[in-house]
Order: sequence, then C-alpha cells, then structure tokens
Amino acid sequence: MVPLYRDEAVVIRTTKLGEADRIVTMLTKQHGKVRAVAKGVRRTASKFGARLEPFMVADVQLYEGRSLDIITQAETLGAYGADIVADYPSYTAANAIVETAERLTDAEPQLQQYLLLVGALRSLARGDHDAALVLDAYLLRALSLAGWAPSFFDCSRCQKPGPHSHAVVQLGGVVCDECAPSGSPRLDADTLGLLSALLTGDWDLADESPEDVRRRASGVTAAYTQWHLERGLRSLAHLDRKQLTT
Amino acid sequence: MYEGIVQELIDEFGRLPGIGPKSAQRIAFHILQTETFDVSRLAELLTELREKVHFCEICGNVAEQQTCSICRDPRRTPTLICVVEEAKDVVAIERTREFRGLYHVLGGAISPIDGIGPDELRIRQLLQRLADGTVQEVIIATDPNLEGEATATYLSRLLQTLEIRVTRLASGLPVGGDLEYADEVTLGRAFEGRTIVSN
Ligand SMILES: [Zn+2]
Ligand SMILES: [Zn+2]
Repeated sequence: MVPLYRDEAVVIRTTKLGEADRIVTMLTKQHGKVRAVAKGVRRTASKFGARLEPFMVADVQLYEGRSLDIITQAETLGAYGADIVADYPSYTAANAIVETAERLTDAEPQLQQYLLLVGALRSLARGDHDAALVLDAYLLRALSLAGWAPSFFDCSRCQKPGPHSHAVVQLGGVVCDECAPSGSPRLDADTLGLLSALLTGDWDLADESPEDVRRRASGVTAAYTQWHLERGLRSLAHLDRKQLTT
Repeated sequence: MYEGIVQELIDEFGRLPGIGPKSAQRIAFHILQTETFDVSRLAELLTELREKVHFCEICGNVAEQQTCSICRDPRRTPTLICVVEEAKDVVAIERTREFRGLYHVLGGAISPIDGIGPDELRIRQLLQRLADGTVQEVIIATDPNLEGEATATYLSRLLQTLEIRVTRLASGLPVGGDLEYADEVTLGRAFEGRTIVSN
C-alpha cells in the first residue's frame, strides 16, 4: 500500500534543496505543519509552476517519505502570492504572518490556525484593509488561539472590569491599578480601543483609526508577540508601512 | 563512519550546498580510487579562488581584479544597467548575447522570513551608481519567483522617484523558477519584450 494522502495547505516557507528541488513548509488543514519535498520545482518547465510558492493555498497530494514527504500534485485554491508581492508593505506583513504561523503550529492538526492564516493572506491579497492592520489582527488572534489571549479592557490578572489604562505585555495586556506594578506604562483609550477591535474583528473601527494610533497599537502587538515567541520573529524587523513613506 | 582523513573529507564535502552525505561519500571515494585525478590542481585552484577572486567593487559580479571584466569593457553601454540576484544570473544573461549594458548584482532577494531585507542587499550601492545621471534605464531581472517579484516591487517603488526608466523582464518567463534555468531563447525574448515599470 502506498501511503498517499491529500490535504489543503498554505505554503509558509520554501528552501532550496540540491540542484532544482525545494523543501516546502506548509500548514495543512488536517495534518498540521508538514515539510515536504517538491522535486524539480525550480526548473522553469516545472509542472508545479508558482503553485508551491509562499502564501499560495493549494490542494496537495503527498506520499509519506522516510524523513520528508514528497509532493506529487498541487492544484491552486488561492493564488494570493502575485497580489501580495505587488504591494511591498503587504509582502512584509505576509512574511511576518507566515513566520508566526510556522512558530505557533506543529504536526498536530490545527484547523482554527489554518483558517485564520488563509483569511489573513486572502485579506492582504485583496487589499481589504491596511496591511499593518491585517498583520496586527492576525498576530493577536493567532496568539489567542495558542492560549495567550490578551485583554485590552478587563484586568488581565484579576479580571476586574475595565476600562484600565496600565498596559503591561508581560502580564497579558491591561491591568487595574491594584495589579499594576509601580511605574507601569499607560496607554490611551484610542489605542486600547483599536487593539480590542483588532482582537474581535471590528473592522469598521479599525479602518477608521488614525495612523498614530495604528503605530502605537502595532508597537504593543509586536511587543506582545515577541514576549510569547521566545526567539524574536525575524520578519518584524523588516516591516514596511506605506503611510510612513508616502 | 570511516576513520580519520576519509571521514573528515566526507564531512567537509557534506557541508557544501546541494551535497548530501551520500554524494559526499561518493566524491571522496572517487578521488581516493582515481589515481589520475589531479588533487594538487584542485587544491591550487581552491587556494587561488580564496586569494585572487573577489566581488567587483562596482557591480558585485565575480572579479579577479578590483572590477570585473564587464565593468572594464569600454564596448559595453554605460547607460543601461541590468539588476540581477546572483553572479550566476550574469552568466545566464551573457549566454543570450541580447544585452550589451552593465550589471548590478544584489547578492540575493528580499526575504524577511530569512532575515533578508533591503539593507542586506547591494541596493545602496545601486543608488550610488545611479546618482551621476549616466544611467538612463534600469532593467530589473530578478528571478521570476515570489522573492524575486517582491524585490522587483521594492526596487520599482524606490527608483520611481528618480528620472530613470525602469523596466522588468517580460512575463514570458515561467513563474516559480530560477532565472538560471531559463533557456537562452526564452531569456533573450524576455529582454526584447521587457515592460516599462516607470518612465
Ligand atoms: Zn487587577
Ligand atoms: Zn563589475
């Protein structure tokens, strides 16, 4: 019996292997994170074409190898790569998104993480929202799914009802006056409002937010992400925000 | 595991890109068993490579002097610069005989997940070359894959503000692959049919 299997997958990362192959790291819908070999994919006549590039969603068929699985077929379900690379801020945001997905998942099936990842990449490709907002919403929700849900309203230590303004990422978001260590930094209501909106998916509020509020919210989100993902994300250092350059 | 020198050699070969443990073993035994194999010539070349071959100060291509043979060639058109990822792409494009301008080798493509942003590539050096107004067209010939396209997007946006025509190799190149694997005819056609990104 040939151990063949089929699944839907988002391509997270590819690395060159040998002369013309690539190792493709994917988050699949049912098989968790999978690393597999795509043979001959770097040759310009490859049957895979661009179907196994990062940010692409594909229906893939694989067979189990001894160390790495081998991809035998791939059909595109979501061709998000071309639209994402056509906008540089979206490209840098997509990199941070897939790097986070790679760090938060393993070989266990994680359907919610899979759906969140596909949704974020689709949103970037369509240009539904500012790329930086899509990234921040993704980071907050992906961390929540991983068991690190922040709170930007009630006290994240004692659950005392909010609003509170002391924000301590190491404690999980905002904390009340009693729980706040002395010298805790404070955040303004607009920034906390945006963070809550990104966490809950209130895009009307998020899309209306001014740039300075977005930048403060991004700073908090990045700090919260780096705190939980022990080793820092490499992509975060290379983020490009459109508003800063135009 | 073999003993001593044989294993050490296999380990060294195994550290080279694209060579797995089996290939490393095959190469080591080939050298051991083939008496006519000129070991001292190989050793000499490796030493010379380290001592004499550098990257061109101007374009980043491989060079045995301060500058490469293309940058020193007075017959090349100095108003045209073709931007590529790696020195091996220069070889691929030279094979087509379609291009008579100069090159600029970036040293890779932008890939934040691998820690490579614009500052890690030779983009600052490219801007310096464009500063004196000699260059009238920049042809972006990064790989027709995701990272190559993203690098082209970044460069287009960066160069838009300058008074220079920016073009991209025609999209006839199959996507997903490496530039070096494109055949000469396809690559030559891609040069002829390049599209204007900004003017
Ligand atoms: Zn409290
Ligand atoms: Zn040169």
